Amino acid sequence: MIAEAGLAALWLAGALAALQLAMAVIGIARGRDDVAAAVRPVAIVQGVLAALAMALLINLFLNSDMSVKLVVENSHSAKPWLYKFAGAWGNHEGSMLLWVTILGLAGGAVAIFERSLPERTLVATLGAQATIALGFYAFLLFSSNPFARLTPAAPDGLGLNPLLQDPGLAFHPPTLYTGYVGLSVAFSFAVGALVTRDVGPGFAKAMRPWVLIAWIFLTLGITAGSYWAYYELGWGGWWFWDPVENASLMPWLAATALLHSVTVLATRDGLRAWTIMLAVVAFSMSMIGTFLVRSGILTSVHAFAVDPERGAFILALLAIYIGGALALFAARIGTVRAGTTFDPVSREGGLVANNLLLSVILGIVLIGTLYPIVAASFGVQLSVGPPFFNKAAGPIALALVAVMAVGPLLRWRRDEARAVVGRVALPIAATVVAAVALLFVWPGVLPWAGLSLAAGLAVASVAPLWKRNLRRTPMFTYGMVLAHLGIAVSLAGMASDSAFTRETLVAVRAGEAARVGPYSVTLDGISPVIGENWSALEAQLTATRGDDSTRLHPQLRFFANPPTSTNESAILTALDGQLYTVLGQPDGQGRWQLRLWWKPFVTLIWFGGVLIALGGALSLVGRLRRERRSAVRAAWA
Amino acid sequence: MSGRLSLALAAGATVATLLFCTAPAAAQPVTPPAHYANVQLADPAKEASAKALMETLRCLVCQGQSIADSDADMAADMRALVRERIARGETPASVRDWLVSRYGDYVTYDPPLSGLTWPLWLAPIALLAIGAWIARSSFRRRTR
Repeated sequence: MIAEAGLAALWLAGALAALQLAMAVIGIARGRDDVAAAVRPVAIVQGVLAALAMALLINLFLNSDMSVKLVVENSHSAKPWLYKFAGAWGNHEGSMLLWVTILGLAGGAVAIFERSLPERTLVATLGAQATIALGFYAFLLFSSNPFARLTPAAPDGLGLNPLLQDPGLAFHPPTLYTGYVGLSVAFSFAVGALVTRDVGPGFAKAMRPWVLIAWIFLTLGITAGSYWAYYELGWGGWWFWDPVENASLMPWLAATALLHSVTVLATRDGLRAWTIMLAVVAFSMSMIGTFLVRSGILTSVHAFAVDPERGAFILALLAIYIGGALALFAARIGTVRAGTTFDPVSREGGLVANNLLLSVILGIVLIGTLYPIVAASFGVQLSVGPPFFNKAAGPIALALVAVMAVGPLLRWRRDEARAVVGRVALPIAATVVAAVALLFVWPGVLPWAGLSLAAGLAVASVAPLWKRNLRRTPMFTYGMVLAHLGIAVSLAGMASDSAFTRETLVAVRAGEAARVGPYSVTLDGISPVIGENWSALEAQLTATRGDDSTRLHPQLRFFANPPTSTNESAILTALDGQLYTVLGQPDGQGRWQLRLWWKPFVTLIWFGGVLIALGGALSLVGRLRRERRSAVRAAWA
Repeated sequence: MSGRLSLALAAGATVATLLFCTAPAAAQPVTPPAHYANVQLADPAKEASAKALMETLRCLVCQGQSIADSDADMAADMRALVRERIARGETPASVRDWLVSRYGDYVTYDPPLSGLTWPLWLAPIALLAIGAWIARSSFRRRTR
């Protein structure tokens, strides 16, 4: 019964999305305020029903109901409960259901919490939100039903891809999807504002928290995904410019640009058309990301099923939404007055440069990701990978870092170039000192520039706090400082890892040692280990550095359902880097393959990512508090 | 509970089998990987250039991985091949050319500039130019 109840909840939620759209259209086009007033409650109930469907699917996975096709194909009764729980979205249908659940809940949250927008614009926004939801409900109900039964029921399931059997699965997809969906809310706000011709600072202020939420979650999702790939894949890489990674990076780049331009619109009433355009682009990127990953056009651990019909369905949704939004944009943009203008040397000028460079990087990543797919459709097989992205996007990203250092030190509207030079003297000095010092350990061009600029940016990022009363500085200023500092930290980690990593590949017998970086690693022995649903061969390693020694236990794991083997790396984290150890195959003569890396300061990459997200969170809280305070003040006046 | 018990037994059996197989001489039916698949070159400079090249070569049987970070047998063979040729004194460029002539452009992550790839390499410059042109319109002309 639970599967049927879930399906019923899904159909009802889909029907309510249709109702929500119809009522929004009638409310706005006919000016029927009584109909429009019902849009909010309908949006809330729709979100609750979608969440109910998701909860029921999780229940089916937790109980290993082998009469449900999806559970049979993706689960196994002997799996640890965490992977039964998270396994509910570790497959195509479940992950799409998670998508609409978050979408529905976000729509409900807009309906409950958004009070500052004019009611008509809010109703139009919820109408746009319903349009997006409707497409995904149709996709689920007509081509990806997660609740389909299997008759006769199977004795047990086929299991979950062992690469996905990791706590990361519980965290990474919901985080990224919240980011994607947050951008859909921003998009709906933009459509709502275009429909009611209400593009201005008020709309920007209402949209900003949603952009921030999306951006925080995307940042966390990408950071977590990168660390997951790093320790799980067993070769010490943390970013591969893989199309699926790019699919999550592109919405982040667009969201970062949008976050900055929406600030110009909210504070200075500038960049109106550009902000709307970025909201459309950001959501398009999450749709393209969903399309790339869900359509089966790419093969990877993320693309659970290859099915051309589903790919065509998502492509059609993509065309309808993006095409529709662009058509609306083209039709209405003439009515959007140009915002206030400004000098090139000004805070706005810096933010325009930020937007420009982020958009160019986004364009490069998009073209580089799609080029092989397009070429393949013409019968040409080629690959675009790290060398292209590093060469094409690397220098522009470094230019962006320079802009990021200077921008926050500029005044709004117009500034004097000479005064600016005085303000950036210290960061420039830090960059030069780092650049000269690094000449002695020449790390290669890009890492050299990266480390030097990271030093300058670290100094510049805290500069907005100089000579200020720290207790009266608004919280969102701290947020910006922390986020920019996070970029400097992360950049330093990336550059240090690519420049100074030491690699040792050896085959050793028990008792023999190998050196990597500052460590000596001894293989003490190999022994079998049994886990809940796997067995493994585990190496006992002793890593010695000076007088300290630590035991490490990398494993070669074997899963029975489905039959697969994985490498479980063992990582020793020190203050100045990580020792990364992997157990490889035996050579048949008593020796075991060991892969050892010493990665100086590699942890800064993800630590920086967390700082960036934390900066976003501070900004969000600071903005919300200030808005509430001014709302209270307005109520008193 | 019986499901879990039988799984534990199966797992135990697997481990036992593995231990027997790997004990004195692993009776692996497949040919062991070539020497240089997982062993570095003695010369650090040559190893560095071999490694840099391997990171730009695609593992042809994997899902978007370079041969430098893949467990696949074919990637291991290609690593050995790259290291052997670099050790013999070939330049990375000539090793790459040889692999491209054998497997096609698909094998390199660094697409060579050609009639088919010039739009790709031109894109960054074109995007910068277009972006700068659009951004210009939002600036006010400086009045004094």
